[in-house]
Amino acid sequence: MAAKTLTIDGKQISAFEGATVLQAAEEAGIPIPTLCHLDGVYDIGACRICLVEVEGVAKLLPACTTRVREGMEVRTDTERLRNYRRMILELLFAERNHVCAVCVSNGHCELQTLAYEHGMDHVRYEYRFPKWDLDVTHRLYGMDHNRCILCNRCVRACWHIEGAGTKNVAGRGARAHIISDLNQPWGDSESCTSCGKCVDACPTGALFKKGATAGEMAHNRAKLEFIVTAREKKQWIASE
Amino acid sequence: MVIDDLNAIAEAERAARKKYTLRCCMAAGCHSSNSVAVKKALEQAVKDAGLEDLVEVRGVGCMRLCCQGPLVQVDPDGTLYEKVRPEDSASLVGTLKGGTTHVQKGDPNSPFFTEQLSIVLANSGYIDPERIESYIAADGYRALHDVLREMTPKEVVDEIIKSGLRGRGGAGFPTGLKWGTVAKTESAQKYVICNADEGDPGAFMDRSVLESDPHSILEGMAIAGYAVGANQGFVYVRAEYPLAISRLQNAIKQAKQRGLLGSGIFESPFTFNIDVRIGAGAFVCGEETALMMSVEGKRGTPRPRPPFPAESGLWGCPTLINNVETFANVAPILRKGADWFASIGTEKSKGTKVFALAGKITNTGLIEVPMGTKLRDIVEKMGGGAPDGAPIKAVQTGGPSGGCIPAEALDTPVDYESLASLGSIMGSGGMIVMDDATRMVDVARFFMEFCMDESCGKCVPCRAGTVQMHSLLEKILNREATAADLQRLEELCQMVRDTSLCGLGQTAPNPVLSTLRFFRSEYEELLKKETAHNGEPRAAIR
Repeated sequence: MAAKTLTIDGKQISAFEGATVLQAAEEAGIPIPTLCHLDGVYDIGACRICLVEVEGVAKLLPACTTRVREGMEVRTDTERLRNYRRMILELLFAERNHVCAVCVSNGHCELQTLAYEHGMDHVRYEYRFPKWDLDVTHRLYGMDHNRCILCNRCVRACWHIEGAGTKNVAGRGARAHIISDLNQPWGDSESCTSCGKCVDACPTGALFKKGATAGEMAHNRAKLEFIVTAREKKQWIASE
Repeated sequence: MVIDDLNAIAEAERAARKKYTLRCCMAAGCHSSNSVAVKKALEQAVKDAGLEDLVEVRGVGCMRLCCQGPLVQVDPDGTLYEKVRPEDSASLVGTLKGGTTHVQKGDPNSPFFTEQLSIVLANSGYIDPERIESYIAADGYRALHDVLREMTPKEVVDEIIKSGLRGRGGAGFPTGLKWGTVAKTESAQKYVICNADEGDPGAFMDRSVLESDPHSILEGMAIAGYAVGANQGFVYVRAEYPLAISRLQNAIKQAKQRGLLGSGIFESPFTFNIDVRIGAGAFVCGEETALMMSVEGKRGTPRPRPPFPAESGLWGCPTLINNVETFANVAPILRKGADWFASIGTEKSKGTKVFALAGKITNTGLIEVPMGTKLRDIVEKMGGGAPDGAPIKAVQTGGPSGGCIPAEALDTPVDYESLASLGSIMGSGGMIVMDDATRMVDVARFFMEFCMDESCGKCVPCRAGTVQMHSLLEKILNREATAADLQRLEELCQMVRDTSLCGLGQTAPNPVLSTLRFFRSEYEELLKKETAHNGEPRAAIR
């Protein structure tokens, strides 16, 4: 496989041909914030947190779906990008009911961590306070739509790691939401294997293990990575 | 089918013509004002008058002046009758025998008609869209024959490049360049898609073309298939267009029966089939990557580009995707030559553009004008201005992705670059005229609500950003907003434009940005003074 040389934030790096800007940056130790990206499943470029500037390209491009090119000049940390990232985070916090203090994922939440990292001390937008339901019909797991950011990671983990195809998205715009099977209660799903990969994939506390209380639930991302590494690289060790 | 068969059909069709033809509009506008009954009554009246050997009653496609429908026009003298009712039919047919009628007459020599130049709509209003013979008699499928028997695929692509045709879906990407890219991408399987998911509020150009001349689309797609090396086409049409769907399906059936679709077309090795896929009501499915997801049977959400469809489209195969009006231009270009086409229009925008003229305008309907026609000529000369003589305030083009062009800029020529420089876009052809009673913040709010409802919900800026922009616009209209809110709105507009995944989100702020650019005072007049903090909400103005 050929390699490409490119510049990210002024640092010259090499990357495998076909690698994404995100992978190349990660390898070079340059952090790019992500939210809908999850190692092991394909990327969809939905959250727009990882947008970067590329010299000569008018549009901002998601690092997770943009492939490296020879001589590419990438900027990941400009003032404009930092500002837009913070605005996206504020939009997410205003969109549903994210109350960290009573959330099972408090302290282990990617949304919360990103908000800290981006110095989000307040939200400039009107809180929508939508009335979303809770689905706790499943024997082991629960889904709190109030905490969902529609990153789609559970859907992709369910379809592409587990292969069950239980999770999906219904509705559009602000009414879009995660469903099980044909919009049935999760507990009634016939396709769900109760593997829990969706719970481990979730960046927030939207999907949780029953019995966990505020701040108790850490996601076991290593499990997903272990499976995918074993399958794709035939290595029986987690990459971390 | 060989060329002699095609000629024979055309000759038989022409030979069957009678002394008089009553052309009766059967497109959706007139259809909804009872033109089916009018046509039936006219047929009966012809029978009753014993004129069956002299008079043909022909159902045709859109005759353009939709606001005066149902329309009936008499050949050969061209008399145009408006708002025809079934009970008028006897007196109308009676005029052919020297009688008189009280039915309202239109003026076919008014600027609305005479200023038009028809390429895409050349057959519209003349041929019977439900009979392939009628299309063949108007030189239909001749270009396909010549292409298959006399040209290489590369020559076809070169001809389209030479013509200067640009995508009529709105963005204006050079059509020949797109065809060339798909042609050069190697793959055992390629596809051609016709995007007929016309969803802009107030736009009905593509619907009219499909209802009036469906075979022109099939012929254009088949030529495209030959040029790029595809053997399968799909027309993605929205379910809200039942008449267009049924005429399209009927046209496909007839073309297959005549061997003009299927295998070995015109006894060449070329095979091409077309299937119809019907949308389920999501505006975003007009975005090409979402459209392809929908054709594949998946949830219609866009994906990042690149890869572009030309490289990886439907089921991962190279796919050519063009708009209805773009395909409708293909056969005329190949029939009359790229030089002829390139002689029409402006330096960078060639040919004509179809517009759906609507809003506060006397003559509501469909027009086709050369690129470079001044907006003022369209609105004032052809459209006849606002119905009650009120001053025109702005013209909205490009639907929810476009902008409002103020009356001061009406001398702008209609072409891709000029409209873009005014913060609007050519768009697919919706043109909504507004008079001085229209409040621009209202207009911006309307389009933002549309985008908010139609956002697919995949990317955050579009899904959550449109909600916030809409609520800020509501706040301004309710006189509850401050200067800080307006600033917040402008910041959000920029952010949503720069960060959204697809065209829907990237252009959703346009109606706000363009009204802010030209009508900023209307926003500022609605703002609350920040110092006036008495806690009492002002009365809402609507």
